[in-house]
Amino acid sequence: MKLNGKNGKSDTNLEQIREKTDLAVSVENLVVHYETSSETVEAVNSISFSLKKKRTLGLVGETGAGKTTAMLALMNMVPNPPGRIIEGEIRVNGLDMRKLTPAQLQHVRGSEIAMIFQDPMTSLNPVLTIGEQIGESILLHRNISKAEALKETQKLLERVGIDPERYGEYPHQFSGGMRQRVGIAIALACNPSVLIADEPTSALDVTIQAQILQMMRKLKEENDTSMILITHDLGVVAEMCDDVAVMYAGHIVEYGTLEEVFNKTKHPYTEGLFNSLPNINNRVEKLQPIQGLMPDPANLPKGCAFAERCPYASEACRENPPETHSFSDTHLAACTAYQDPDFRIGRNK
Amino acid sequence: MLKYVIKRILMIIPVVLAVSFIVFFIMDFVPSDPAVTALGDGATEEQLEYYRETHGLNDPLVVRYVRYMGGILHGDMGTSYANNQQVWDLFFAKFPNTLRLAVASVVVTVVLSIPLGVIAAVKENTWVDTVCSTLSFIGLAMPNFWLGLLLIMLFAVNLGLLPSTGADGFASLILPAITCGTGNMAALTRITRSSMLDVLKQDYLRTARAKGQSESKIITHHAFKNAQIPVVTQIGIQMSTLIGGAVLTERVFAWPGVGAFLVDSIQKSDFEVVTGFVIMLAIFVSIVLLIVDVLYAFMDPRIKAQYARS
Ligand SMILES: Nc1ncnc2c1ncn2[C@@H]1O[C@H](COP(=O)(O)OP(=O)(O)OP(=O)(O)O)[C@@H](O)[C@H]1O
Ligand SMILES: [Mg+2]
Repeated sequence: MKLNGKNGKSDTNLEQIREKTDLAVSVENLVVHYETSSETVEAVNSISFSLKKKRTLGLVGETGAGKTTAMLALMNMVPNPPGRIIEGEIRVNGLDMRKLTPAQLQHVRGSEIAMIFQDPMTSLNPVLTIGEQIGESILLHRNISKAEALKETQKLLERVGIDPERYGEYPHQFSGGMRQRVGIAIALACNPSVLIADEPTSALDVTIQAQILQMMRKLKEENDTSMILITHDLGVVAEMCDDVAVMYAGHIVEYGTLEEVFNKTKHPYTEGLFNSLPNINNRVEKLQPIQGLMPDPANLPKGCAFAERCPYASEACRENPPETHSFSDTHLAACTAYQDPDFRIGRNK
Repeated sequence: MLKYVIKRILMIIPVVLAVSFIVFFIMDFVPSDPAVTALGDGATEEQLEYYRETHGLNDPLVVRYVRYMGGILHGDMGTSYANNQQVWDLFFAKFPNTLRLAVASVVVTVVLSIPLGVIAAVKENTWVDTVCSTLSFIGLAMPNFWLGLLLIMLFAVNLGLLPSTGADGFASLILPAITCGTGNMAALTRITRSSMLDVLKQDYLRTARAKGQSESKIITHHAFKNAQIPVVTQIGIQMSTLIGGAVLTERVFAWPGVGAFLVDSIQKSDFEVVTGFVIMLAIFVSIVLLIVDVLYAFMDPRIKAQYARS
């Protein structure tokens, strides 16, 4: 590991191009496609959202909805080929991520915005020790010696609940939960102001899940971090988040504060998510999963992508893309049914 | 780890026994008389019979085999029928040349192929990929003897820069190593490329990128470290083949290695030399493969852990 001089603060000139803002993240009309010779996967279709400093945004949606892709775009890290950011503006701490040079991007990644990845079993390098992998972040962004970096690494290990003496061990010597902690330590190594956590706990069992979430919340509060938390689990959202964005087939279909999305649910898909939750108090009641499957993002319908599965869908929904209605300054839902001012969804949980 | 190495060294013994027995057995079938080889066509039947008797050629196969293997333990592999020299001495006169040429050729192959393979993988399906793969095939497309003669004409005859034949210092190694090394480029480039392609898809590179690591470091530090095993395996295979002698290259450059000498000895039915050389080569090839196996442990901690357990 060597100190990368290119990343030294002096020659990246980030402060000159940084816009003043109190938003940690803002995304406008982001479109991301994966283009292969046979098809174009429309993974993210014109989404907009923002994250205020020190808040936590929950991003929920079923598999393939485009959550990971949107977050990779946030770091300007969509794998190319086949992925490509088609359009949109992405700002992180006032920096226009799509206009940064490679050296500037390398400087911002890890130090201002960091990501905890979905699968702890594959996201660590099997031939490097966990100490090397955590220390790498530190050495890249801070002007300190290897010995000091090792001390910092051990402190980080302690913070995420791993015996600091194990810094010389390799990923295969750790369990899934431990590896996820290593992933968290890597992401937190340089106290990023924006942290993306991509289903940090879905590969783990429930008790470990609770521990990791508790730890993340504590670390976030200690460091005044703003966070985007991707999860399938509405319970986790209720526990951790201030704001919620619900994604479906590459669109944000509902967006609002936790209170708005959970208690004043507007979008039929969000309703479906809540209705499909098992009810622990009434176990004889049948589960009500949303019928059908999300359309293939390589072959999206011209109207609302949810129309096929939506109990309220009309002909207009199938013909035209949904209109976005706002219900408060913060609460939006993309659903044509609200053209009718009397329309109400019938959420029963 | 040490236990594993010792175990692997001991495993060389049955390999050598098997190889030596097979060589012995095959040589027994060859319809040619060592006594004639030694004494020439003019010898009388009595002289031939005397030679056979004194050299133990009339004993049963198994007896000769056991006696022969006993001799090896003392560094005695018999004498060449053709020129009366000790086979052991002959082998160790030739083998250092072969080893030098093999190592130099592998260096040429590695230095050219690994960058080509890595670049081809990183630029997969672009014109750069095509250029790299095509370059790697040039060595294969040109037969060794032809490339060798071409190089001799250019560098030795026309420019007078390098010696054309013999094994005399570093300068004389250059042309044979290029001739031999470029022939192996295609295989090593292809393996490097495909191994890198596998690794470049892996999630942990994304993790490194998210830390702010540079693309070049991601390739050299994170990706290549994970792509090494098939590459080193292929290098080991090429090394083993070269240790057996690069016959054509040795011929073209009059390089005094084991390969060309072994072929001559087969033609002359010099059984003692053939048997001894093949056994010694089997031992050295086994050592190369052992080294490759041990290298795995240094490249992948999971394999090291496996060795420690076994
Ligand atoms: N490298 C890629 N090449 C082609 N298509 C891709 C690639 N990565 C993702 N996709 C496609 O893009 C769509 C969105 O994928 P993404 O990984 O962003 O979904 P996700 O919401 O994170 O899902 P999950 O909950 O399963 O992680 C999917 O249809 C997926 O198949
Ligand atoms: Mg994902």
